[in-house]
Amino acid sequence: MALSLGWHIVLACMGVGMPALLLIAEWRAVRRGDPDCRRLIERWARTTGVLFAVGAVSGTILSFELGLLWPGMMGLYGEVIGLPFALEGFAFFIEAIFIGIYLYTGGLLSPALRAWTLVPVAVAGVASAFFVVTANAWMNQPRGFTLDGGRITQVDPWAAMFNPATPPQTVHMILAAFMVAGFATASVYAVAMLRGRRDRYHRLGFAIPFTVAAIVTPFQILVGDLAARFLAHYQPVKLAAMEGLYRTGPDAPLTIGGFATGEGLRYGLEIPGALSILVGESTDTVVRGLSEVPPADRPPVTVVHLAFDLMVGIGFFLLALSAWFALAWWRRRDLPRSRWFPRLAALSGLAAAVAVEAGWVVTEVGRQPWIVYGVMRTADAVNPAPGLWAGFLIVSAVYVVLTVVTVYVLRRLAGGERPLAPQEPEPEPGQVPS
Amino acid sequence: MTEPAQLTLGVLWAGLTLYALFGGADFGAGLWDLLSGGSTAGLPRRRLIEHAIGSVWEANHVWLIFVIVVLWTGFPGVFAAVMSTLYIPLTLVALGVIARGAAFAFRKVGERLWERRLFGAVFALSSLFTPFFLGTVAGAIASGRVPPGLAAGDLVGSWLNPTGLLGGVLAVGVCAYLAAAYLCDDARRAGEAGLAAEFRTRALVTGVAMGVVALGGIGVLRADAPALFAGLTGRALPLVVVSALAGTAALALLWLRRFASARAASALAVTAVLWGWAVAQYPLMLPPSLGYQEAAATPAVLTATLVSVAVGAVLLVPSLVWLYYLQQRR
Ligand code: HDD
Ligand code: HEM
Ligand code: HEM
Repeated sequence: MALSLGWHIVLACMGVGMPALLLIAEWRAVRRGDPDCRRLIERWARTTGVLFAVGAVSGTILSFELGLLWPGMMGLYGEVIGLPFALEGFAFFIEAIFIGIYLYTGGLLSPALRAWTLVPVAVAGVASAFFVVTANAWMNQPRGFTLDGGRITQVDPWAAMFNPATPPQTVHMILAAFMVAGFATASVYAVAMLRGRRDRYHRLGFAIPFTVAAIVTPFQILVGDLAARFLAHYQPVKLAAMEGLYRTGPDAPLTIGGFATGEGLRYGLEIPGALSILVGESTDTVVRGLSEVPPADRPPVTVVHLAFDLMVGIGFFLLALSAWFALAWWRRRDLPRSRWFPRLAALSGLAAAVAVEAGWVVTEVGRQPWIVYGVMRTADAVNPAPGLWAGFLIVSAVYVVLTVVTVYVLRRLAGGERPLAPQEPEPEPGQVPS
Repeated sequence: MTEPAQLTLGVLWAGLTLYALFGGADFGAGLWDLLSGGSTAGLPRRRLIEHAIGSVWEANHVWLIFVIVVLWTGFPGVFAAVMSTLYIPLTLVALGVIARGAAFAFRKVGERLWERRLFGAVFALSSLFTPFFLGTVAGAIASGRVPPGLAAGDLVGSWLNPTGLLGGVLAVGVCAYLAAAYLCDDARRAGEAGLAAEFRTRALVTGVAMGVVALGGIGVLRADAPALFAGLTGRALPLVVVSALAGTAALALLWLRRFASARAASALAVTAVLWGWAVAQYPLMLPPSLGYQEAAATPAVLTATLVSVAVGAVLLVPSLVWLYYLQQRR
């Protein structure tokens, strides 16, 4: 499940972000008749077509897996978190319909109308990210139901959907999606620039997505800070694991790096009092530590702590890169001249995707041993059927193959001009070749 | 008086019907892709198929997700029981879905002949086994072999049995038939008279074959799933008759080259069978004992879902109509 989600989430980020990037490029192309922009659009549209298809099938697998792996949770709580998934279904419909229109029948529409068909795709992409993350937020802050003798007696699906974890988590995820899509697309052109292709087409292909991602990054860090403070109130054990904090009290230190050894964190860099300040703007703020719960109720500290450090580290790395870009643009209306800028920018897409994965490890592993926080343990949710691991192995192997092939196909799409296959006809003019 | 649980059941079944009619035809198109012949000889057929499903398969595929989601929201216990007992065929369905969608998308952008052949083969083969395993799932439920509870049924015997296999074969056959019947119409509109004639023959052959399988199936059900048999020949008999009449009419219309009407008649035949199954086992969801009312979620959830579906439909229906309209004009 975590494997499939980790896979799907990267594609989902592209599915949320790419329509917006396409929309910006379309707007430029329609307004200014920019031919370089047109070429970019054709490339991005083809890539989006592939990513969307793979994203759609990997998402379908998830809805199967929720039942195949966690029937215990779905049988009991399926109805409580069903509503956001049902709403998400409609968002998918809208997305799939309009992406079909945009990509394959756009030639029948006027260029401006065709560009407009991206609006529902972009809106539905953000909406589906919102809906699905509300379901995950519910697992962190279960609300809206009454449990009576192991049976659900009363449900308020809206209260379940709009639980306290919903605002920080959904906003953080949606911004993350724009960061991944923006930095990843820009990375492709950064690599091309490193290979000496610095013409207008490549610079534009870099600048549009990078600008979007650079604008989002500072807000993402602010929202991340909000998410952490939220945890201080609602899920103190998770925060303690993220920070490797064992002792409850004021003057809580912020520790960077290190490994957990039973009752403390070793080899980390400590900044005294910093955590208390981050949580409550004063060193007097009491932060609760892991020692408040018995060891059986603690998540794996080292994993959660290092994943958190990784996410935050990447966040600040991307912030620095964005600031560099902004400065150069403000001073000279151009990209930074240093060779190091495209080198680092070429890594930004991968870094953003890694930050997303790390963030989910924080959220999910940090919630262990609970699958539904404080209500149901992970061990009670698993499908008891024997032999499931065989299916798991097969699914893992399929994901490996799928990853290799997707990367291969995308690289082919990103590289040079496209030769036609011997059995393929010329694409019709005025239409994105399908 | 209809109550929320009953309405939700209706919505679920409507979603399943639409998935069979639209998604099923996409699977069938994949089957015909498989049987299209060598890469040069088969090119016109493959192009017609790609043209027919290229822009719509993702939207059609969402009906499957819709059905799954409404099932787990509206009838969580049924979802958990089906998923846990039938995890083997359902895992295979999931794998088929991944392989099919990804390979279809990859083939489109594949540049070299070997790439297009490889992805094409994966696409076509998974179009065969995905509906087959979905059919076995239907057979397992309909024959009363999926008890409520987590993995309470036989993990293998529940679907690997005469009714399950019948379901699998029927599902594949219906997909193939629907696709051939739709493709006749598509080919004629694209001005491809030769292709239309070819798919007409295929539709007639699969249509007759399906009729034979369905007749033989009556015997299978009688021996293997007597309760379903009783339902189909009792309360659901009118729908079964409608289906048989519509199926015969569809074949006659195909014979007369009235492709557009044949399409409608074929869709009616499939719809009638699906609703016949529902009526035959109503009010049971997991025969022999779990009724839909016991399985239903709390009324607040059902109402919220129904309201969302109603609001969603207002957005969905015009969008879908526009998509299909543009696709037909392409
Ligand atoms: C581009 C991606 C990205 C970046 C740069 C950051 N995050 Fe993040 N973070 C995510 C992507 C992400 C995520 C993958 O989207 C998560 C996982 C679950 C969620 O809602 O968002 C997440 C979760 C997450 C959580 C757990 C929320 C919960 O369990 O309720 C916290 C506390 C933070 N983040 C905090 C931060 C801070 C302080 C950052 C400052 C640099 C930061 N994140 C940068
Ligand atoms: C969407 C992005 C998500 C990602 C990337 C993700 C990733 C992860 C990761 C890394 C783990 C930890 C695995 C471990 O403890 O070894 C995990 C655990 C878990 N997640 Fe998620 N998760 C996501 C959302 C969800 C959602 C929406 C659900 C359910 C509705 C869910 C259900 C679970 C469950 C049940 C576990 C505990 C089982 C386990 O420990 O493996 N996750 N997830
Ligand atoms: C338990 C977690 C999840 C489930 C069950 C799930 C389910 C699905 C399903 C069934 C699809 C296919 C829809 C189609 O055919 O168009 C899909 C696609 C998609 N999912 Fe998820 N999803 C999950 C996690 C996420 C998360 C965390 C996001 C947030 C960013 C997300 C965003 C999307 C998007 C945008 C698509 C559209 C396909 C694309 O653009 O690639 N999903 N998801």
